[in-house]
Amino acid sequence: MTDYAIELRHITKTFGSVVANRDVSMFVRKGEILSLLGENGSGKTTLMNMIAGIYYPDSGEILVDGTAAEIRSPRDAMRLKIGMVHQHFKLINVFTAAENIALVMEHKGKYSLKSVKARAREICDQYGFDLDLDQKVYEMSVSQKQTLEIVKVLFEGADLLILDEPTAVLTPQETERLFNVMRAMRNNGKSIIIITHKLHEVLEISDRVVVLRKGEYVGDVLTRDATTAVLTEMMVGQKVSLNIGRSDPRELHIRLAVRHLSVLNAENVKVLDDVSFDAFGGEILGIAGISGNGQKELLEAIAGLQRGAEGSSVIYYPDDDRDSTAEQLLGKPPAAIRKMGVHLSFVPEDRLGMGLVGSMGMADNMMLKSYKEGHSLLVQRNAPRKLAREIKESLGVITPSIQTPVSRLSGGNVQKVLVGREIAAAPTVLMTAYAVRGLDIHTSYTIYRLLEEQKRQGVAVIYVGEDLDVLIELCDRILVLCGGKMNGILNARKTTKEQVGLLMTKLADKEGKDR
Amino acid sequence: MSNPFVSNAPQRRRKLERGSKSTLLLAALAALAGLIGLLLAGAHPLVKWALAILMGLASGWMIWLLTEGNQEEPFLRVVKRERISIWKKIGVRISAIVLALLVDALFILCVTGLNPIDVYVTMYQGTFRTNRLIMAALRDWAPLLLISIALAPAFKMRFWNVGGEGQVLMGALGSALVMVYVPQAINTMFPPETAAGLLSGPVIYLLMLLASVALGALWGFIPAVFKANFGTNETLFTLMMNYVAIKIVSSFFNLWRGKASALGQLNMTTKVGWFHGTTVLGVRNVTYLSTIIFALVMMALMFCYLRYTKHGYEISVVGESQRTAQYAGISVKKVTIRTMIISGILCGIVGFLIVGGKDQTISTATAEGNGFTAIIVAWMAKFNAFYMALISAFLIFLEHGSQEITNAYQIMNKYAADIITGIILFFIIGSEFFINYRLVFRSVRKEVR
Repeated sequence: MTDYAIELRHITKTFGSVVANRDVSMFVRKGEILSLLGENGSGKTTLMNMIAGIYYPDSGEILVDGTAAEIRSPRDAMRLKIGMVHQHFKLINVFTAAENIALVMEHKGKYSLKSVKARAREICDQYGFDLDLDQKVYEMSVSQKQTLEIVKVLFEGADLLILDEPTAVLTPQETERLFNVMRAMRNNGKSIIIITHKLHEVLEISDRVVVLRKGEYVGDVLTRDATTAVLTEMMVGQKVSLNIGRSDPRELHIRLAVRHLSVLNAENVKVLDDVSFDAFGGEILGIAGISGNGQKELLEAIAGLQRGAEGSSVIYYPDDDRDSTAEQLLGKPPAAIRKMGVHLSFVPEDRLGMGLVGSMGMADNMMLKSYKEGHSLLVQRNAPRKLAREIKESLGVITPSIQTPVSRLSGGNVQKVLVGREIAAAPTVLMTAYAVRGLDIHTSYTIYRLLEEQKRQGVAVIYVGEDLDVLIELCDRILVLCGGKMNGILNARKTTKEQVGLLMTKLADKEGKDR
Repeated sequence: MSNPFVSNAPQRRRKLERGSKSTLLLAALAALAGLIGLLLAGAHPLVKWALAILMGLASGWMIWLLTEGNQEEPFLRVVKRERISIWKKIGVRISAIVLALLVDALFILCVTGLNPIDVYVTMYQGTFRTNRLIMAALRDWAPLLLISIALAPAFKMRFWNVGGEGQVLMGALGSALVMVYVPQAINTMFPPETAAGLLSGPVIYLLMLLASVALGALWGFIPAVFKANFGTNETLFTLMMNYVAIKIVSSFFNLWRGKASALGQLNMTTKVGWFHGTTVLGVRNVTYLSTIIFALVMMALMFCYLRYTKHGYEISVVGESQRTAQYAGISVKKVTIRTMIISGILCGIVGFLIVGGKDQTISTATAEGNGFTAIIVAWMAKFNAFYMALISAFLIFLEHGSQEITNAYQIMNKYAADIITGIILFFIIGSEFFINYRLVFRSVRKEVR
């Protein structure tokens, strides 16, 4: 018998010409929490997908419990007691929690929701999960969905759990709760692999860290011997200054005045409730909040993609003072706003579903907002091509050619294309939603630097973010949203993480929301 | 950093499991035996049937072995191709056709006992034996291509317009209405000489064209408006509009029968609205030359429209993601309606060309199901107008070929001929899979200690 729950030997996986994993060998001990650390595109998820039966390695072998195993499908993985919680949940929205759990049962045997529930209840009690088994998935919060996914995996009888970026969508409190559960599972003899690129979480939760870089195994470190600096160096291969280099704002001038902005969703519920603030050219205004608390609606309303409720107003000042001619932006579609001469750039959260056209190349994506210019019936492709080449060059976008569909690029490169285009439009207001979500440290810093540079050039930057450390280091002021309401504006230079975190959750408690 | 747990011990190769290899061979042999048995001329039918069943079972066994048969590394894996060279693409297609012809040869041999080569030659002659046949093929090709071109922008926008048939019919109806009623009106309003001049001049054609365009556009506009404003399902909507169009046309058909329409043609005596015949390739009285020329022109125009114009760009964006279109400041509503009107207008013009040129009449069969065939053409060509021309030509070639076979051999009925063309189509469409994916077989590269 071995004390390895799973061992990978010389695993290589390629997608076409892209090598996702090259000769990776690693192991996980029984009863161990292992962090799999690496930048974006370093092949963490691909490697785990091979254990979970989603992909099949091109070469190399996997040993489960000391014996060679062929994992050809998730069902094979299940049989070997391996379960994975994917970053994008694989749940059926119209089913209840219990029905979703029942889906993973073997087809043999009688279908009895009652026995499924009984067993699921047992699992919940054992680990202290808070889960309503009769709740429909579409009514659940992200954290509840995640809990359900974990219960599902445990229900299958998994002894090895793989969690892909589980904390990306959680609040600090929810993260803490998840970590407690993970520790409980470890004490129960289960092995856990957690994929993440948040260093402090790695240090907090794991026993050992394995680092991948560009698809290759770099090494492993016991967490008690690891430091942020060591891990960062292993991850990126070179020292990265963690200093964003925020400048002091100079010559602030008013750009946007948002007053009593409310937005109703399709069910007539106020998702954004009476938000008022000013945005100044020459500063970065951060917007903090648990995701889904009105950030998306706020930005989309300003960009003309959402209708504001009655009494809302968004005033734009083309000149640098309040007495100048002010223009109402609300209620105008994006094309009309642009026609008014307002240079509003917007990097939306959904990059390929909203900001870019996935099937088009960089060049064609460059003209998404400007293709209408000129009177010709034909599109002018020379300028966008030139711009695409410039952005590819200056931001280091990795793509075979500027005609390659952007959906084939990695997440970080897609974001560079989008941010590059929005900045190239010479904006006076630049709004970004989760600009660094899913990006590695390297790319993230490129983005921070670009935003900082825009600020210095007098652009009013609005930065919706989720990493509180970054918000506090990057922004000048931080507006905190909670339950769609404004819960205060903080001076980023004086505030603390705890203070922001408190404002993100306090209002929700008052309203009795279970978040 | 070094990897501490990888030993450098010599590694032995593991052989593919003997069991699975030999069973696979056995299955292949059984399938082959069945195949040979099928070809045995003169054998007792029972023997043939038994061997055929054996062959089926063996193939099933093979498939089972290939996919689920053992718990080893999968025998066969499907891998997406990153890119494929043009020559390889052509190679795949040619081998698909060769394979199709081989399978067809088996079918012809086993079922009819004819010489497959003879049958293929006959098939080829269906289009190319005489100039008249060539012209007939072109006559049928042009409307199919035009309708495909008409549908392409809608499909590119991800608007499932399956109403080409109805839009063509309504366009045809527009022309027919003008042919039937305008001469009557003109004859009553003007003195005879003026009337005759008007009726033989370009005015009547212009009116026909306008009426066709209007009705075709209307049939495209209605589902688009409902989709844009109320989010109705355009597939059902356009499909149902076909039946409405068929019913309207059939009521006019009944109304005109024996009056305006004689010997199956409108304006039999006056020939008002008929396109003038010309002699092409020695074939006299070709009334559909304009259709062919128009199809060629539209092919180039649609190619440019989709690829180089702002409208084309908007269509691509809307087709990819409506949210992106909104973000870019494109009015999805406007683009949807505009594109469907264009689609409808083109279909309407096809109706005009058919009524005035090819048929000089109208019936519910005027569109000949081309409204549906065109969907296949547009998709197979991935909305590239030039590919559409090739694919529609190929479809027409197959159709005419199968007709020729049916006529030439008594033993071949229409169904047998359809099976032959069906097999060819099956292989060609199937080859698309091999252009997008490649197969990776299990190899003995697996290593174990």
